[in-house]
Amino acid sequence: MAALIEIEGLTKRFGAFVAVDNISFNVERGEVLGFLGPNGAGKSTTMRMLAGFMTPSSGTARICGHDVRTRSLAARKSLGFLPEGAPTYPEMTVLAFLQFCGRIRGFSGAELGRRVDRAVAMTTLAGVRLQPVETLSKGFKRRVGLAQALLHDPEVLILDEPTDGLDPNQKHEVRKLIAEMRAEKAIVISTHILEEVDAVCTRAIIIANGRIVADATPSELQLRAASGKLDDVFRDLTLPKAA
Amino acid sequence: MRNTFIVAHRELGGYFATPVAAVFIVIFLALQGALTFNLGNFFDRNQADLAPFFNFIPWVFLLLVPAITMRLWAEERRLGTIELLLTLPITQGQAVVGKFLAAWGFCAIALALTFPFVLTVNYLGAPDNGVIASGYLGALLVAGAFLSVGSALSAATKNQVIAFVLALAVCFVFAVASYPVVTEFLSRNTPVLAELARRVSVAERFASFTRGVIALRDLVYFASFIGFWLFLNTVIIEHRKAD
Repeated sequence: MAALIEIEGLTKRFGAFVAVDNISFNVERGEVLGFLGPNGAGKSTTMRMLAGFMTPSSGTARICGHDVRTRSLAARKSLGFLPEGAPTYPEMTVLAFLQFCGRIRGFSGAELGRRVDRAVAMTTLAGVRLQPVETLSKGFKRRVGLAQALLHDPEVLILDEPTDGLDPNQKHEVRKLIAEMRAEKAIVISTHILEEVDAVCTRAIIIANGRIVADATPSELQLRAASGKLDDVFRDLTLPKAA
Repeated sequence: MRNTFIVAHRELGGYFATPVAAVFIVIFLALQGALTFNLGNFFDRNQADLAPFFNFIPWVFLLLVPAITMRLWAEERRLGTIELLLTLPITQGQAVVGKFLAAWGFCAIALALTFPFVLTVNYLGAPDNGVIASGYLGALLVAGAFLSVGSALSAATKNQVIAFVLALAVCFVFAVASYPVVTEFLSRNTPVLAELARRVSVAERFASFTRGVIALRDLVYFASFIGFWLFLNTVIIEHRKAD
């Protein structure tokens, strides 16, 4: 069976600037891929192309076999996406927001209620269900975004910085959640926190200037630095070489 | 179709969850009342009709409709929710029409709340209620035309002030296109454009509705006007969604 996420020569140009340069990789079921790179390396751009928000300049990607360029709707149906910064409609309550996303996903009636309850339980939002999103703290907002991505139990999850702004306990919860879901899904998370890669990812891809500079398991990556620390590997790979 | 209504429902709920709805409706009714009774000499005319009311309505819409539409897409862009909305499994057309219908429905609610004018004129005399109904239909179509312009222009920017000013300017052009000032100037210089200006004018079409004439060609005009701007809106979203 083909991989759940297949990326072939994905490229995004903004004028003369190449944000993502001919990236190819696959993500299989059961994998949690940590997507690393300095700010501006092309992480969010790549994820936006996978989620169908940006159109690739060339190359393509397939989500569960659906081409994001030609079968965008089918690709988006099989995917849960947490955009960067977890945007939500500020005036809506958590419950209303999740119901809205659920209805668009095609659920209604009792099924909708069940889906929303499940997502609320998974992201421990039960206490704030009836609060408007704008009154919530950053960590809660992030979890509302996460709950929205989990509503339809998608096979593919694309999470752009899912633990950004969470406190250590919440980070732990989210990582536990990702680890629990791992077996039946293909998950891509972008992060700046290298310890996270160690904690949840089965594989890590480092990109710099739109190109893949490393693709290995976290423990293999660690071996590349004399110190055995991911931080050093990351610096080595992403900083311009001192001549 | 279902998705369009889900989007419209959420959007309309948003107006009433914030002070936008209350402020808009109060200002609309106050302005419309003041203009009809004072500037329009409603009582002194001694005629049982709503001509003064309908004379002012396109101008009140000209001012207030861009205030509704300016946030329609610009706000989604600013909050980043456009990334969420357009990565849900809906087409851009559904999102565009859904948002437009919400704004139009909102204008219809505001318009319906002017019913005391109808009661007043019926209490004072025996007006032709058919003409009044036709005038209301025309007013609703004018609102729809201005909304479609504002919505498309809102999609082109993330700055709400720019969206407001642009929408006001473009709607103004369509409102005054048939006025003697414009047509005389045009017929002196470019006679071809003078005829065209009269044909595309919103005010001219609206005038026949207020006389109680519902002509098929006027309905076709409004339908194609709204259709054109919503199509433009979809194209702008398609090309500029990620900017």
